[in-house]
Amino acid sequence: MTRAFIALVSKDLKLFFTDRRAVVLSLVAPIAIGSFFGYIFNGDGDRTEIGRVQVLVVDEDRSPISQDLVAQLKADAALEVTLATPVEAREAVRRAQAAVAVELPPRFGADAAGAFFGGRARKKAEVRLLYDPSRATEASMVQGILVGHVMQSVSKEMFTGPTGRAAIGDALTQLERDTTMRPDERGALQDLLRGAGRWNDTSRAAGSGGAGGGLTIPFDVKKEAMTSRRGVPYNGYAHSFAGMGVQFVLFMAIEMGLGLLLQQRDGLWRRLRAAPLSRGVLLGARSVSTALQSLFILFFMFLFARVVFGVRVDGSLAGFIGIAVAFSLMTASFGLLIAGLGRTPEGTRALSIVATLVLVMLGGAWVPTFVFPQWLQKLTVVVPTRWAVDGLDATTWRGLGFSSVAWPIVFLLGTAMICGSLAVARFRWDAD
Amino acid sequence: MYDINGLTKRYGNVVAADGVSFRADEGEAIGLLGPNGAGKTTTVSMIAGLLRPDAGEVLIAGRPLCGDTDPIKREIGLVTQDIALVADLSALDNLLFFAALYDLDRPTARRAAADALDLVGLADRARHKVRTFSGGMKRRLNLAAALLHDPRILLLDEPIVGVDPQSRNAIFDNLETLKRRGKTLLYTTHYMEEAERLCDRVVIIDHGKVIADDTLQGLYRLLPASNLLSIELEDREGRVDLEQLRALPPVKTVEFANGALRIGVSDLAAATPFVLQWLVDHGHRYRHAVTERADLETVFLSLTGRTLRDR
Ligand SMILES: Nc1ncnc2c1ncn2[C@@H]1O[C@H](COP(=O)(O)OP(=O)(O)OP(=O)(O)O)[C@@H](O)[C@H]1O
Ligand SMILES: [Mg+2]
Repeated sequence: MTRAFIALVSKDLKLFFTDRRAVVLSLVAPIAIGSFFGYIFNGDGDRTEIGRVQVLVVDEDRSPISQDLVAQLKADAALEVTLATPVEAREAVRRAQAAVAVELPPRFGADAAGAFFGGRARKKAEVRLLYDPSRATEASMVQGILVGHVMQSVSKEMFTGPTGRAAIGDALTQLERDTTMRPDERGALQDLLRGAGRWNDTSRAAGSGGAGGGLTIPFDVKKEAMTSRRGVPYNGYAHSFAGMGVQFVLFMAIEMGLGLLLQQRDGLWRRLRAAPLSRGVLLGARSVSTALQSLFILFFMFLFARVVFGVRVDGSLAGFIGIAVAFSLMTASFGLLIAGLGRTPEGTRALSIVATLVLVMLGGAWVPTFVFPQWLQKLTVVVPTRWAVDGLDATTWRGLGFSSVAWPIVFLLGTAMICGSLAVARFRWDAD
Repeated sequence: MYDINGLTKRYGNVVAADGVSFRADEGEAIGLLGPNGAGKTTTVSMIAGLLRPDAGEVLIAGRPLCGDTDPIKREIGLVTQDIALVADLSALDNLLFFAALYDLDRPTARRAAADALDLVGLADRARHKVRTFSGGMKRRLNLAAALLHDPRILLLDEPIVGVDPQSRNAIFDNLETLKRRGKTLLYTTHYMEEAERLCDRVVIIDHGKVIADDTLQGLYRLLPASNLLSIELEDREGRVDLEQLRALPPVKTVEFANGALRIGVSDLAAATPFVLQWLVDHGHRYRHAVTERADLETVFLSLTGRTLRDR
């Protein structure tokens, strides 16, 4: 029995390794695509290169506030600002030449100044953000940066500029007429505005700028990527190699399943069945050989990633191997299931490729699951490929211990068992 | 050696085997004969344990065959109709692979493989990949692969289809050798000559049913005449008085079709001059006359009214 099992497995492996071109191809494809994804998803964690977002700015206001705002945006290290007309801005974003355009409409400065102290009663200034929907992340980023700069520009004008002085005067007049406020509150607010007005007068007399440049955002953000250890940068290649490894190993499983379906038509399968071997041995040997091939692919890929991109198993090595082995077995039984449920190879191929792509997509092999919306993140907890990708992530760049992957390993092995038994039960033994 | 009783297998509306029964003693060679789709492969598959019959039973050495792992399956060597070899492995590796499936240890397997390669005359190609073999060589290796575990029963499902006459002869020599060594053979074919050369008994199957099961002599006895005299007449309309012809003493049967007379006779030497003279006497000129021995083709024809193969 064991001799037959070993013979079956080694026959499959011999056939796999005999076809050198196929072996090379089965390694080159995932490595190439993994490298590509790793590169565009910012492989080594260094943001400077692709950090600057292209922004077009349209200033239709040309007030002191808007001009100051444009100057500030130009000075921002995260943005690359170009001035444009409204028509140019729209066209450029539509044609994907810029991710975002910021439009400052006429009266932007005046409205902003008026609303600054004017409370809810006053019309707020409007900023229009035109963005490319395929680059919404960049739009959010620009929006965040914009808030800081607008606050700074407007408050500076309020405390040091002529528009601000006028706005304070306005606000005071309004306050005189306001009967809804309690007298003591009104008094306090009037004091505050008068004080601001006086500050504005003196600082303008002293020459613009002076000591107070207006309000500033009172903090700076220091970002630190949480990787395995301090000072170890995030390595996007770890994730992309995990994802592509998972995808291509699944593709290999499809081929195995289809191969089994095809084999049912030829004499060799009949010969195998004529030997006194159980179905478990015949299918089990096939899964083991497939699992070994997929392990080979995964390890070779990560070896490549290690040497070329410096991807390291920073977490538990046992956990990494455990995930790889469990996923390989899961994959093999997935292949068996394809053979078990499929009728003809032709009809099964398309369906199983779609199933695989969905699994791979939901598993986060293309884009990490953390960019999924919340509900989808919760939903994909049931997707085995996600356990594999997350497990590989956990043991490589996240640097987590074995305990973090223990459950995923159990789940993967459980899925392997379920798929495998289902396949053995559904397999059509009497097919010709 | 084996015994099958009422084997039945249905595929939807098609009854591929319909109560097939026959048996073989140890060392006996049986020909399983029938046209395409008669149910030969289906029957062989059930005997080999690949296919579960809908009804009936298979006894191997007196024991029913049950389950995939029944050790009795070691008594059977199956030579499949489709070539069952791994094209990308060498001939030797193929044989070692099949030997391992029957749990032969390495030294035994090597010896068995060498013997089998010798028998089929492929020893010098042992290390060549099967992919590079000719059709005939593959057929021979296909046979060798069934011999490694030294089974007592060999099920041969059309083992020489698509093989040139030379390889065909070589395989037949191999089979005769195996028969002399005491193997029980079941030889499936739709070529009568093959069955005639090798088999002690012939089972004829048609539409899934056994329609004859006898020795060659027994089958010939089913025929009214053992020889045929075929005479092509110049006058294709042929106003021959068939009744009068049939009444002649050496004549057993008479048929007339397409301007040719087919006359069945038992004593060819006596009948031929007699019949030809009779034709001349009655004013019929003939263009061409041949004699043929009645064979299993004729048996099949007389049993079913159809030929075994499309001519
Ligand atoms: N797996 C199957 N599914 C459906 N029908 C089948 C199947 N296998 C065989 N049959 C049908 O059963 C009948 C007998 O087939 P079988 O292969 O046993 O014939 P055979 O005598 O071996 O013919 P051949 O000389 O062509 O090999 C045929 O009508 C065939 O179409
Ligand atoms: Mg057949």
